[in-house]
Amino acid sequence: MQRYVAGRLLLMIPTLLGVAILTFLIMRVVPGDVVALRYSQAGAVSQDVIDRERRLLGLDKPIQDQFFDWMGQVVRLDFGQSLWTDRPVTEEIAARFGITLELAILAAIIASAIAIPLGVLAAVRQDSWVDYVIRVVSIGGLALPSFWLGILMILGLVVFFRWAPPLIFVPIWKDPVENLGQLIWPALSVGYRYSAVATRMTRSSVLEVLREDYVRTARAKGLRELWVVVRHALRNSLLPVTTVISLEFAFLFGGLVVTEQVFNVNGLGKLLVDAVAHRDYPLIQALVLIFSFVFVVVNFVVDLLYGVLDPRIRYA
Amino acid sequence: MTAAEDPARLRYLEETRLRRARSAVLDFIRRRPLGVAGAVVIVVMVFAAVFADVVAPYGPQEGTFSGLPEPPSLQHLLGTDAFGRDVFSRLLYGSRTALLVGFSSSLVGSTLGLILGVVGSYFGGKTDEIIERFMDVLISFPLVVIAIAVIAALGPGTTNVIAAITLPVIPRVARVVRSSGLAVVRMPYIEAARSVGVRAPRIMFRHMVPNVFAPYLIMLTAFLGQAVLLEATLSYLGLGVVEPEPAWGNMLRGQGMQFLDQAPWLAIAPGVAISLAVFGFNLFGDSLRDALDPRLRAA
Repeated sequence: MQRYVAGRLLLMIPTLLGVAILTFLIMRVVPGDVVALRYSQAGAVSQDVIDRERRLLGLDKPIQDQFFDWMGQVVRLDFGQSLWTDRPVTEEIAARFGITLELAILAAIIASAIAIPLGVLAAVRQDSWVDYVIRVVSIGGLALPSFWLGILMILGLVVFFRWAPPLIFVPIWKDPVENLGQLIWPALSVGYRYSAVATRMTRSSVLEVLREDYVRTARAKGLRELWVVVRHALRNSLLPVTTVISLEFAFLFGGLVVTEQVFNVNGLGKLLVDAVAHRDYPLIQALVLIFSFVFVVVNFVVDLLYGVLDPRIRYA
Repeated sequence: MTAAEDPARLRYLEETRLRRARSAVLDFIRRRPLGVAGAVVIVVMVFAAVFADVVAPYGPQEGTFSGLPEPPSLQHLLGTDAFGRDVFSRLLYGSRTALLVGFSSSLVGSTLGLILGVVGSYFGGKTDEIIERFMDVLISFPLVVIAIAVIAALGPGTTNVIAAITLPVIPRVARVVRSSGLAVVRMPYIEAARSVGVRAPRIMFRHMVPNVFAPYLIMLTAFLGQAVLLEATLSYLGLGVVEPEPAWGNMLRGQGMQFLDQAPWLAIAPGVAISLAVFGFNLFGDSLRDALDPRLRAA
């Protein structure tokens, strides 16, 4: 087990390095460089100023030196300064990290809370109207763009409750109730889509397990049906469900980026979109890198979770 | 005279192929009503896109500035936006954008994935290893994040959106094609072709590609819906197709949000269009997957 974990960790290094190189290169494709962009609107600026700025940012060095400089900074969690606000990128990100994390966790909780019971219910009542309703609702979740769902929610809330997305979000440590009331809607609009795939997976996975011999045995020895479903069927069908929930983490990120925009949540997703709009390249690089690192690490953790969920899996 | 040169035999083979294709289509229609429903949505969309000039009552940019959106009426079936532009007409023209971006990005992305997957599985060894590591890197970026990164580098606009959506499709298709390719490479007919001296490119093109075509097609259709959704997302964020060019995503942006409580039709109509399109592509893709390869049946 330890050797497996160590091996997987080592394998992550080239991937993460590749991610860093690609992120670095994508931002170098930009026509002209950051300095030229910054002064493109400013009118006439003397070549001296531009050259000085380039030297200051290290843009006059060969590209591989620039990359190693950048990596050296990244390792120390120093992503340079935002071109837009002139504040350190790390500060900008730290200020918004919490709210996105909270939104992601809320959405994941909502998604699992919807997906697992509904999936089990659909499987137990296979081919009944309950099953059909659940299946249609979950297919719908795949087609409805989460941002549109968010817009519809706001529309409904504005019309029926005179509620509009707040301009400033209250942090959870100040007023948990107020905070949840604000974040529950964006979390729901992301969570619905997120739950759709998981519901379908839970359904098919439970259906499969319900045909196993040990389920028949459990029934034969007179266990209550609820007990059979929860203890025997659900427990044994969780593995593929976990896989899907983790694979769909990518969609969660995507959903967050847009939903934060819709609900005006000042998180990392909104920061990314704003950074692109402002052509704030150091900030974009840092955010793309962080999103991808988190994605890779989450997938790694889920891989390890398999062993906990299913003791039959041995890491050789 | 060999079979390949006999015209009668050639004609017979051709007819058999046609008959088989026809019966496969009929079978699909009979056994997969949901897939047919999806296909109908797609056909309607293609029709709307091709004949937008004829069907649309107004031009996409046509209208007089009035400052306030007009509600749906007989003149404007789905109302107008604040610039007085007909929402229904813009939806029709928007389907052009959606289809153009959806088809070209998933076609180019899947085909590049097909090539990489086939080359990797055919040569194996170092080549395969290099391609795989590169795909590992590409797949480590969440879909929306890499698309946004590409837009950040290239800037918004239709062509760049196509590039942004193509890139994340490549590794996902390459993975699937490679795993099918690894099984095909071990087939005796590949060895036979090699032993009579057929060159690698020809083996890959004539013998590998047709045998990994089903997973390729499945991934291609699966990504159609995703690509349409991603284009709408990017355009909604202002990072995709930009005004005044009509796209469903950018119709939701700006005015759709600004006049949300006074003119909800501005936000509802494009959203319905996006959902229907994605729903249609998903239904069709799912059914096609079930028909072509029941083993791939997953979530």
